[in-house]
Amino acid sequence: MDNESTYSGYSYKSSHSRSSRKHRERRDRHRSKSRDSTIRGDKSVIIQAPGEPLLDAESTRGDDRDDNWGETTTVVTGTSVDSISNEDLTRISKDLEDSSPLECRRYLSPALGGVLGLISLITPLAFLALPQLLWRDTLDPCGTPCEGLYISLAFKLLILLISTWALFLRPPRATLPRFFVFRCLLLALVFLFVASYWLFYGVRVLEPRETDYRGIVGYAASLVDALLFIQYLALVLLEVRHLQPAFCLKVVRNTDGISRFYNVGHLSIQRAAVWVLDQYYSDFPVYNPALLNLPKSILTKKMSAFKVYNLGEENNTNNSTGQSRAMIAATARRRDNSHNEYYYEEAEVERRVRKRKARLVVAVEEAFTHIKRHQDENAATSSPKHPREVMDPREAAQAIFAPMARAMQKYLRATRQQSYHTMESIINHLQFCITHNMTPKAFLERYLIAGPTLQYLDNSRGRQWTLVSEEPVTASLRQGQVFCLRRRDFSLVVTVAPLPFLRLGEEFIDPKSHKFVMKLQSETSV
Amino acid sequence: MSFVPGQPVTAVVQRIEIQKLRQGNNLILGFSIGGGIDQDPGQNPFSEDKTDKGIYVTRITPGGPADVAGLMMGDKIMQVNGWDMTMVTHDKARKRLTKKNEDVVRLLVTRKSLEEAVKQSMGGFPRP
Repeated sequence: MDNESTYSGYSYKSSHSRSSRKHRERRDRHRSKSRDSTIRGDKSVIIQAPGEPLLDAESTRGDDRDDNWGETTTVVTGTSVDSISNEDLTRISKDLEDSSPLECRRYLSPALGGVLGLISLITPLAFLALPQLLWRDTLDPCGTPCEGLYISLAFKLLILLISTWALFLRPPRATLPRFFVFRCLLLALVFLFVASYWLFYGVRVLEPRETDYRGIVGYAASLVDALLFIQYLALVLLEVRHLQPAFCLKVVRNTDGISRFYNVGHLSIQRAAVWVLDQYYSDFPVYNPALLNLPKSILTKKMSAFKVYNLGEENNTNNSTGQSRAMIAATARRRDNSHNEYYYEEAEVERRVRKRKARLVVAVEEAFTHIKRHQDENAATSSPKHPREVMDPREAAQAIFAPMARAMQKYLRATRQQSYHTMESIINHLQFCITHNMTPKAFLERYLIAGPTLQYLDNSRGRQWTLVSEEPVTASLRQGQVFCLRRRDFSLVVTVAPLPFLRLGEEFIDPKSHKFVMKLQSETSV
Repeated sequence: MSFVPGQPVTAVVQRIEIQKLRQGNNLILGFSIGGGIDQDPGQNPFSEDKTDKGIYVTRITPGGPADVAGLMMGDKIMQVNGWDMTMVTHDKARKRLTKKNEDVVRLLVTRKSLEEAVKQSMGGFPRP
């Protein structure tokens, strides 16, 4: 029940004896190897191509910034003032290797993009201001047409600003292994535009001190137009092009075979990988390593049925191979009944789970009847007669947790979920449900169904995934491609299939043509 | 050939005797029937009165026993071997025609042209 109590900083000393606590810790240490850090959660996904350094220099204009800002602090504060047990140590070391190091190179590309954007926004204003500042006296006076252009320039700049904020100034969600081709293209384009405009301006306007101010204003307005068009191009390339579905991706988790199908548009492999991972966190049930294998009792039964006795006086070295060969031959000849045992074992397990579930449901229902929302209107009438103690949700949750604790613990053990739910988390959830007037069934929904991985994450650190692919990851998706997204304990295998071309025909049906007759007509040949 | 309920049905009939032909294990007559009291009479292409639920001949195998005997498509079968066929279900009619122990079926059939023929032959002679 309280596997992670020391980790969560909630120093809970159970009333159990010291020996049982030690036993539990030993068991947890053993289990911590299998416990994935899917429990600890993250904000950003880092996809790393095999053998590549973590970063790409030009990944974004501010979008791919990985906010790992919390990682160094959370690891340290994970250890509370209590003593650090061995399990904490293993967990910390796993965290360190799991989380990505904070590198300054990561922020190079957002900074670059930001600088470029700033320059391109300032440029039209500079174009307008410089003549005024430098050779104001010699400029042709420019009345109404210029003012009209000023207004249009101002509004276009405003729109540019707002749409830049809306489209590009968003916290990045992933770091890609190679640079994002479209973004780089757009950055290069913007740079080229602005540079060529400055070049022209420098040569034709600043040098000869051009006096036609209206022309200069028109030039600045054309730059703003060009920037708006580049932004349109960015919108289409980055946001719109991949919206029309073109491929169907089949994503299979290799450990337990859970699969899903997703429709995506034209994307590069790395972008498709990010998209798949987004869906993975909310669609796939959480990876529970405890549920995977056949119970050992079934698998090892075959081998343990035979014992080999050594009747001669030979040396043991060449006997071992003889022994194993004999055992293998004997087991091959023996009739294999393990499927039978598997069937009965599974039926037994299911029966046990159902029984415990029934007990849990009854216990929770009963516990919820002990508590009721306190109405303030009745306070005046009820307080002189029955002074009831008024509790806040936390206390109420703790009060009704006790009767259902045992049933909950047994159920979680039966479904092997006990590592995902600590006592603290259960009380928190109970408090949440009480606050929002949920029924016992709504409270139990979280434990009866294995939820998506996102439910078990606390978003503090980045997630490290490795993209394994035979083709370069900036290549566009094509039929028959297969790539893997690997994590430490499991991996997702993604297969690409194109969506079929649809030939839609048309048939007009006159609404008056719907007529029916009784069909009781038969013809028999004699 | 409509009937008035409660009144006896009168019709001009032709007696046709068909010898069953043995084909393998079956005795076949070489025609198909349609109709019956459990069928939809409106579908019948041969009947004059679309509420007539009698048994009609819908198809004749050319060269078969029925064709040889003179049965024609569109005939309404009134009796088979003495059994009435005007108020039977389709399946009952089939059974009556395909009894295994009978080699010969004697049908009473009626058709429009028979009525016409009789009328014509009687028409010139006004009744006294």
